Amino acid sequence: MSTPPSPPPTTAENEATRDSRPAEDLRQQVYDSPKEQAIQYALGACALISVLTTLGIAAVLIIESLPFFQAVPLTEFFGETRWTPQFTEKYFGIWALLSGTLLVTVISAVVALPVGLASAIFVSEYAADWVRKLLKPGLELLAGVPTVVYGYFALTFVTPLLQTVVPGLGVYNALSAGVVVGIMIIPMVASLSEDALQAVPDSLARAAYALGATKYEAVVRVNVPAALGGIMASFILAVSRAIGETMIVTLAAGASPKTTLDPTAAIQTMTAFIVQVSKGDTPQGTIEYQSIFAVGLVLFLITLAMNIFANRITRRYKEKY
Amino acid sequence: MEPSPNGTFELRRSQRKRVGMILAGVLFLATIFGIVVLVALLVDVILTAAPWLDAQFVRSFPSRTPGEAGVWSALMGTLWLMGLTALISVPLGVASAVYLEEYAQDGWFLRLIRVNIANLAGVPSVVYGILGLALFVRFVSLGSSLLAGALTLSLLILPIIIISTQEALRSVPSGVRESAYALGATRWQVIQSHVLPMAAPGIMTGVILALSRAIGETAPLILVGALTFVSFVPQGALDQFTALPIQIFNWAARPQDEFRALAAAAIVVLMMLLFTMNLTAILLRNYFEERRAGS
Repeated sequence: MSTPPSPPPTTAENEATRDSRPAEDLRQQVYDSPKEQAIQYALGACALISVLTTLGIAAVLIIESLPFFQAVPLTEFFGETRWTPQFTEKYFGIWALLSGTLLVTVISAVVALPVGLASAIFVSEYAADWVRKLLKPGLELLAGVPTVVYGYFALTFVTPLLQTVVPGLGVYNALSAGVVVGIMIIPMVASLSEDALQAVPDSLARAAYALGATKYEAVVRVNVPAALGGIMASFILAVSRAIGETMIVTLAAGASPKTTLDPTAAIQTMTAFIVQVSKGDTPQGTIEYQSIFAVGLVLFLITLAMNIFANRITRRYKEKY
Repeated sequence: MEPSPNGTFELRRSQRKRVGMILAGVLFLATIFGIVVLVALLVDVILTAAPWLDAQFVRSFPSRTPGEAGVWSALMGTLWLMGLTALISVPLGVASAVYLEEYAQDGWFLRLIRVNIANLAGVPSVVYGILGLALFVRFVSLGSSLLAGALTLSLLILPIIIISTQEALRSVPSGVRESAYALGATRWQVIQSHVLPMAAPGIMTGVILALSRAIGETAPLILVGALTFVSFVPQGALDQFTALPIQIFNWAARPQDEFRALAAAAIVVLMMLLFTMNLTAILLRNYFEERRAGS
């Protein structure tokens, strides 16, 4: 961050020490005039909106999920493995949704982390300038595809493709959704890891070359380890993004919450459950309606924790060079 | 470079080079993977959509008969959302960024806001939807209106606009500010007559990219209560609405092939809109970069 430019009051202050009166007047009437002050406060108020948004999200999730947690004890919420709000016999065990989210996230990480990191290494260390100029917009384009389009792609293209390889794979399954969520987060891993790799000073790799290392050895043993902090941060941010991804899993993973680790099963994630409830005409005040706020709270806390963690890592490693 | 079993040093240069070549190949393939998938996606969508895409599809309302269905109400809803979201989020985002870059002193307040914006950018969009549902739809009683949707999307893209505007402001050389101050301009005069105009292309690029993110969002709009079957074009900000992503979701979720093909056709319409916006942003950036380099 660049430091803010020296403000005019400083100039006025210098004047004030020499000859106080006129400079004081100038400062009060022009630089600190009511209009200037009003503008500053108005702009500051706008900046506050982002803080209010966070507080608003936290407040809404906590207040609206209170009635839910009065009806469903925490012991059931975290101890039960069934999630059946639509049935007459209702169980609210978050594990059924959490395991669905976990399954999709793990599959997406298996796809995205190696591919994303490899792309980052290639673009930052190997690609010639003109190749980079072609590849980067391609990755940006991939990042700009709306998630509902990826959902359509998972359902109508990837699932049928996987069905030819994996026998007995249903129309809705965690595998296809996970793979496509992985494809969706590749650009994120790639661009954040590339930033981390670019931040490593050239002198480190040159020192390795001077010691007789080949390109591959310099990259794998010097550049990548030196950028490890930033690379880890990119992994965490991308995984957090996968956890919060909604439309792909709603379209392709199914709507049957179950506690399972079978990637070919139809499952339901936390996000898909929230969409399913709000898309139907669930009356306000029912326990089913209230449950989306409780699920939303869990989702928010998980992603928030991961983001804070990732930002910590980034900041710590940024100061190193 | 490790000592060989018999204790003498071996360079093994050709072997090490070969490992390097293989790695480079693997890295290249991984990089191409994303592009290949993108091409497969586009080709698949366009081939499926081709028989359905015509003027009638764009100008018709949704219908139970696939042959008569179209995206007119969804397209209009998306354009309305884009306009309203821009009206709300751009002034707020630019003002926040100006405050953070030009006014705020280093301290706990600035740090709080910066950390907060970084974290907000990572909040899942469906959570913004929950906020919009509780706050705008019910608490402020806007109902499932365009305005409620636009307010929700505005909060969602605010962090993106703030961050890109901050970058644009930072790229304005500080010499410009100092010369204006030296001539006696007040802080606000410096900002509105010099800093903002010079940062405008960068800000606009960021705004267009943020808006293209906003109109691709589906989950927040479902939470806010966008309709799935709309046979009217919204006349005002308080009307109910549908949008292209909602229409795509609705058609894609149906098992019949005809409706999935309609989803593909709607995707083409949405992607063309997004592509136009992105292209505008890129051209804008290049044009002004060249002009600045030339001057």
